[in-house]
This record gives sequence, C-alpha cells and structure tokens, in this order.
Amino acid sequence: MGKLDGKVAVITGAASGMGRASAIRFAREGAAVIVTDLNEEGGSGTVAECKTLGGKAVFQRVDVSSEADIKGAVDRAVKEFGRLDIMFNNAGLGGATGPLEKVTRENWDRTMAILLGAVFLGIKYSVPELRKVGGGSIISTSSVGGLRGSGYLAAYCAAKAAVINLTQSAAIEYGHDHIRVNCICPGGVNTPLIYAGSKGGYEEAEKNMARMQPIPRAGRPEDIANMALFLASDEAEWITGTAMVVDGGMNTGNARFRLSNLANAGFSGPSYTRGS
Amino acid sequence: MGKLDGKVAVITGAASGIGRASAIRFAGEGAAVVIADLNSEGGEAAVRDCKEHGGRAVFQKTDVASEPEVKGLVDRAVKEFGRLDVIFNNAGLGGAVGTIEEITGDNWDRTLAILLKSVFLGMKYSVPEMRKLGGGSIISTASVAGLAGGRGPHAYSAAKAAVVNLTRSVALEVGKDRIRVNCICPGGINTPLIYNRLPGGRQVGEQFLAQLQAIPRAGHAEDIAAMALFLASDDSEWVTGQAMVVDGGLTAGGRLFGQDQQQRPTIPGGFAGPSFEKN
Repeated sequence: MGKLDGKVAVITGAASGMGRASAIRFAREGAAVIVTDLNEEGGSGTVAECKTLGGKAVFQRVDVSSEADIKGAVDRAVKEFGRLDIMFNNAGLGGATGPLEKVTRENWDRTMAILLGAVFLGIKYSVPELRKVGGGSIISTSSVGGLRGSGYLAAYCAAKAAVINLTQSAAIEYGHDHIRVNCICPGGVNTPLIYAGSKGGYEEAEKNMARMQPIPRAGRPEDIANMALFLASDEAEWITGTAMVVDGGMNTGNARFRLSNLANAGFSGPSYTRGS
Repeated sequence: MGKLDGKVAVITGAASGIGRASAIRFAGEGAAVVIADLNSEGGEAAVRDCKEHGGRAVFQKTDVASEPEVKGLVDRAVKEFGRLDVIFNNAGLGGAVGTIEEITGDNWDRTLAILLKSVFLGMKYSVPEMRKLGGGSIISTASVAGLAGGRGPHAYSAAKAAVVNLTRSVALEVGKDRIRVNCICPGGINTPLIYNRLPGGRQVGEQFLAQLQAIPRAGHAEDIAAMALFLASDDSEWVTGQAMVVDGGLTAGGRLFGQDQQQRPTIPGGFAGPSFEKN
C-alpha cells in the first residue's frame, strides 16, 4: 500500500537532484510520474530508475518557460495515465547572478520566466485537471532565498519570494475545490545545481555545506523528496498556502549571539548588579 | 514496517484531541507511547486505543506546569521502554480570556506556566535522553495565534508566539546533537477544547470552523497528528527550527477587498481551562 497509489504526478526538473529524488519516491509510493526536463538523458535515467522500483513513469521533454510545453506536460499526464493529481513545479537554476547593476534585463527576464513564470503556468494548466478529480496537490520549489534577501543573487531570491506569495494567493483561490497549493523552501541541498559549479565537486560541497546549518550535514535531495511526498499525499489534506522550510535549521536564526559562551549557566541580572 | 518502529514517544495532553489522535497514530506506526494528561479517564482510554492499534502505551498522570512531574514523565519513558526518541509537548488550554484590563496576574501566570513553561520543561528533560541515543525529535503545539495578533486570547497568543521562538532558539543549540526541534501551528481544529465551549457542541464547531479558511472543512485532530508523525519520523531528519502551519489556508491571507465578516460565537471572559473541565 503506497501513499500515492492510483495518483498521477507531473514533476518538472526531474532529470536530476530534488526532482529526480521526488520522482523515485513518488513512483515507489505507487504514483505514475511524468518526468519532465530539458535534459533528456537524465530524464530517461530517472524513468528507468522509477521502473526498476516497480513504478510507472514516462519522460517528456519540457522547457518550463514555454507555455505550450507546460500545457503539453499536463496533457501528456491525462493522455498517458488518465488524470492528474499532483503537479510539482520544481525545475530551477541559479539565473542572473552578480551585482544588480551588472544584471542585464535579458538575464533578469529569463530568470523570472524559468523560476516564476513556470510556476504560474504549472498552476494555470493543472488546476482544471485537478478540479475534475475533486482536488489535488500543487507543490512548487521555492527556497530559503525567498524568505530573506541575499547579495549577488537578487533575481533568484525575488523570484523565489514571488513563488511563496503566488502559492498563498492560489491556495486562497482554489481551497474550495480542495486543491492544495504549497511550496518547499530548501536550504543548502547538495544537488548537481550546486556541486557542478564547485571546484571540488560533490565531496567538497558536502563538507562545506555540512557547516551551514545547525544539523551538521549537507541537505540531500531525499530530504526534499520526503517533504514533497508528504505534501503530495492525503496526509496533508488540510495543509495549503504554506512554505515548508527544509533547511537543517539554517534559516532559524543566526547563532552569533552565543550566550552559551558564558562560562557558567546561571541568571543574567539587571545591569546595575555585578555578575557573580 | 511502521515509520516509528522501535521509537519511544512521550505525548502530553494525550487524553483527548490532537494529543490523543497523535498517540493513536504513533502507536499504529510502531512507537511505544507514554500518554500524559491530568485527565486520567481520557488517558486510560487513549492507552486502550493505542493497544487496539497494535501499539504499546502507558498512562502517566501529569501536570505539565510541574517540573517534577515533567521530569517524572521522561523518567517513566526510560524506565518503561528503555529510551526516549520523541517528545510531543502538546497539552494546552485557552487560559486567561477577556480584555487586557480584565486579565488577572494570576490567570496570566497560570496560562504561561501551562502553555510555555511546560514546553521549556519538556525540552529541558528530554534533551539529555535524546543525546544518549544520538538524536531525537522534539515537537510542540504552538498555534496560528502565535504568528499574528487577533487569532486567540492575549495570554494564549503571547505564549504560543514564545513557543515558536523557543523552538527556533533551542533548535540552534541542539542541532549538533541531531536533536530536531519543531512546532506545529494548528488553525481551527474541532477538538473538545473548542467544541466543549460552543453552544451546540461538536456539530456547530464543525460548521463554524468550516468557514474560517480556504479549504471548506473544519480541521481535525488527525490533520495535526499526520504532521506530528512526519516530524517524529526520520522523514524529517533535516527539518528543524520550524513552525509548521497546518491550518487549511487560514494564514495564507484573505481577499484584500470585500472580505466577508464571519459571524463568530462569543466566548465569555475568565479562564478557559483544559477540555475535560466543565465551564
């Protein structure tokens, strides 16, 4: 008995990283999965892995910034498996980086199209299908970067913040159809998006990222896949409009003010008293 | 194969509502559960429910505002089942109600002791046991009332906001020990704490609460139990410091213009006690 038995899911960016881990997790729990990506080789690999685990999956090449392609992915789900229950808008990239004054209008627009426009399109085309089956779950990948600003990554952060707010608005609009809309805010998850650009590759990134949050290990795609599965399943039937943070505690606060550095536990009195 | 096989959990306020639903869920997933409550009758019934679901459970009468009793609760888990993996600081009540001028200092203190100090105590005494095992999960019940004003009585809202921030603060401290600290912010859940105080009881609670949020049904204790199970299980191994909102969309926002004014049942001033007490 899988948690997603009989359900059909579309996952974008499923050739690698979080999308791939989620496709595998969903398939293992009984879902039929439309694996979409620009990367055909990786996408076919994901499909093969889903099938090895006894799941159903097909690959569809999708450019998430293309309205026709997103519509095509939803149509494919219905054509291939007869329905759509879950839409996971996950595809992403770093986008325009560097000082804001150097970011070109063109790179800004591309970033927004891929990180934000894609989520809008995913919601737009999945809602009618989800409504037909009496409800469903829309999940999008936002980021801890959408909760706070960050230097040299403004376009990414702005787009991810917009994903959170779009999630809330859509949740309010479609709650009465029992369509739930949530997003996930991953922290430092060691995916190819990160380690492909790091000099020492996967191992080096794993070491560096272990120090970025209270829980002393790098995030794994499976950590995000676990949350995606929870949100996709009927366990989360009353959860909508949320931004679920999965970051090992990174965004919980900063530990710069370490009272634990005081030698002894005790009581810190008013300023006019002497410490004992 | 349960999600909590081999784990031992303490749940406070487990005689009814969210705590009881969570105890049953945890037991069904293989955990041994120590059911804590002031309400012995409900607590013993929860133990029977857990056993019916194939789980192990014992009841321990506990006043969560009492330090020796919370310590005793953790000790009981270790004595009875040999370890502690999960503590769910869930016990609650409405506490001091009324306008800010009407609230007495005594009722303020009682409210904060039951809603906030109890969470501190639960963390304080469970951390050493979890550290011995190389990690664990601390879960507390906060509330959507702890995230913004106007969603609950003053003292209740302040205490729940403090639970959210205590969660973050302690998460930073014990992350290195792989102890995860999270809380859940339920919205309008139709538990005895709510419907016992409504004229018309459970049915009216169900109808009233169905209109509060985007998803057109009242929240159920099982909705929160599902989140508690996720947070208790290894599926959330990298989740800490979070306030998980389970509210059917209540806090996502509303229609900015022309929002309907809901007809709210009025709750009289005073002190709203635990759900098993009569008004």
